[in-house]
Amino acid sequence: MTQRPTSTPAQNPGLIAPKSRVRHRGELARAFSRQNLVDTLLTGYLPILIALMVIVLPLAWMISSSFKPPHEIITLNPTLLPQEPTTENYAAVADRVPLLTVLGNSIYVTVIGSSIKVLLAITTAYALVFIRVPGANLIFLGILVALMVPPEVSMLPNYLTITSLGGYNTLWGIILPGLGTAFGTFLLRQHFKALPKELFEAAELDGAGHLRKLFQIAVPVSMPAIATVALVTVVNEWNNFLWPLIIVDRAEKMTLPVGLNLLQSVEQLTSSYGILMAGAVMVIVPMLVIFAMLQRYIVAGLTQGAVK
Amino acid sequence: MRPQSTRSAPNPRGGCAIAVGTEHAPARGNDAGSPAPDQAQLEAARKRAHRRKLSKNWSLFILFAGPNILLILAFIYYPLFSNMYYSTLDWRLGARTATPVGLDNYITFFTSPSGQEVWRVTGIFTLGAVAGSMILGLLIALVLNKRIPGRTAARTAVFSPYVLSGVGVALVWDFIFDPNRGALMHLLAVFGIESPSWKLDADWNLVMVIIVYVWKNLGYCAVVFLAGLQSVPRDLIEAAMIDKAGAVRRFFSIVLPLLTPTVFFLLVTNIIFSMTNAFDILRTMTPTGHGTNTIIFEIYLQSFGQYQRAGYSAAIAVVLFFTLFLITAVQLRYVERKVHYQ
Repeated sequence: MTQRPTSTPAQNPGLIAPKSRVRHRGELARAFSRQNLVDTLLTGYLPILIALMVIVLPLAWMISSSFKPPHEIITLNPTLLPQEPTTENYAAVADRVPLLTVLGNSIYVTVIGSSIKVLLAITTAYALVFIRVPGANLIFLGILVALMVPPEVSMLPNYLTITSLGGYNTLWGIILPGLGTAFGTFLLRQHFKALPKELFEAAELDGAGHLRKLFQIAVPVSMPAIATVALVTVVNEWNNFLWPLIIVDRAEKMTLPVGLNLLQSVEQLTSSYGILMAGAVMVIVPMLVIFAMLQRYIVAGLTQGAVK
Repeated sequence: MRPQSTRSAPNPRGGCAIAVGTEHAPARGNDAGSPAPDQAQLEAARKRAHRRKLSKNWSLFILFAGPNILLILAFIYYPLFSNMYYSTLDWRLGARTATPVGLDNYITFFTSPSGQEVWRVTGIFTLGAVAGSMILGLLIALVLNKRIPGRTAARTAVFSPYVLSGVGVALVWDFIFDPNRGALMHLLAVFGIESPSWKLDADWNLVMVIIVYVWKNLGYCAVVFLAGLQSVPRDLIEAAMIDKAGAVRRFFSIVLPLLTPTVFFLLVTNIIFSMTNAFDILRTMTPTGHGTNTIIFEIYLQSFGQYQRAGYSAAIAVVLFFTLFLITAVQLRYVERKVHYQ
């Protein structure tokens, strides 16, 4: 589609001998020929550049606008970079919502929720694979079906349950219903199943019990898979919006996405976009940083979990 | 309302650990005490040992998997079934009394104009979101499949919106779409086009949230497509090159047919995702659901919006669940699993 018929010879040298270090002069000359360079630019870099601009510019615009004073927001001749950078938008966010408390709540919910979820996923997956009981496959099937139930479906009954337990406007009320983890269990079960049996045989001869086999063998050799589950869980917990929106209405118990929702409802003026962008930066940038550092695990987890 | 099943949620770790220990101790004592047994005795002992092992395994299994299973039962399965019960009631959220109405809520949802509007909006949103992210995702994957420096970084950048908060993303795009101050207005002005007043019109509202959803989602499609493209055997493509088949011909005659499983997989997951993952964008950009009340948004609006019609909302939730169940069943039936799980 974006490839044109004329680009045929462009990748030839690389295709035929992808690993050979010695390149013939002819191939080199061809690789750097004007025709090839033009092809690479037009069918390779140009579309990538356009795609990158579409992805990156909105985020750059957000960061830039968050440092702009109101008159630079409402101007009809906006500039990409703020002319008089200011942090007053961030101060304004802190003025409207208890920013540090909300940030703290988000971190608390994410860390506690994810830790428990990952631990439960590890132990459940281990039990499903290594502890022989009749009906384990049926239980696994039940977990697979749970994987398909979106949070919107369970929202109303869970609201009634948590409210009747006294969890309205509490952090544990935010965390508790999401703790049962089908996604992590599913992913780790697939991983544990693929572990070689020999790994555990020596430990069994030494009389190691399941607890030791789990934490001294299964967990250490599965760190990449566990990291994947943990990171995907962290991303989901941090971004979770629907449930905290329902179960909390006091600002002191809100997480960041819900706090932003509150901020949006009190800031209706066009000139306050800077404040909203400052809020968006606070919920977006932490995940961008984590993703940039650990994208390998996150991409693997998110594209593998067929039905999240 | 019926919280019994949730009370048992706390972790039974301590209790079970003790049970395991006590059960293990007499087992050894018995075995040591049995003197040269005959066949029948041996058989009985073996059976007893097997039963002991099984009950020990059960204790361990409950210790390891019990808490998670209880949580899933309490907060996923119990809601599923209680929704089915609520869906037969005419019941306002918070009201003490409810009237049983049988299947009236379902009938209303499928036949009333407002219910059909939800189906229409859901259909358009799903179609736009799925087609948009898959076509753009495939185009990007085709470009990223070339051996050019910097493509790993580009892949990371393209995927990144997928992991960002929907609320944050929606706020950013809300600003971009502003017909008076937004970046898109400025961009359109360069081409002499006047920005539509996105927020006032129900149809533009829907277009707007589809664009944002596609922006957030296309990186996922691109990465999955890229994995599919990289599994296309190189010798097939080289053979076609030797036959002087052009890139377009190669794509439609070789790459696309081999990509069919990936296309089908993405089609199914994208339909499911677009029906379940878009809530934060919808709620943030169009808080009242004006023109954007897809099925998930409607579930929320009906029970927690101004109407508080909990019974009706529950009925829609049940319908959504069975719709998803059907889609997944089709996927499991027709898609080869090995394609996706290696």
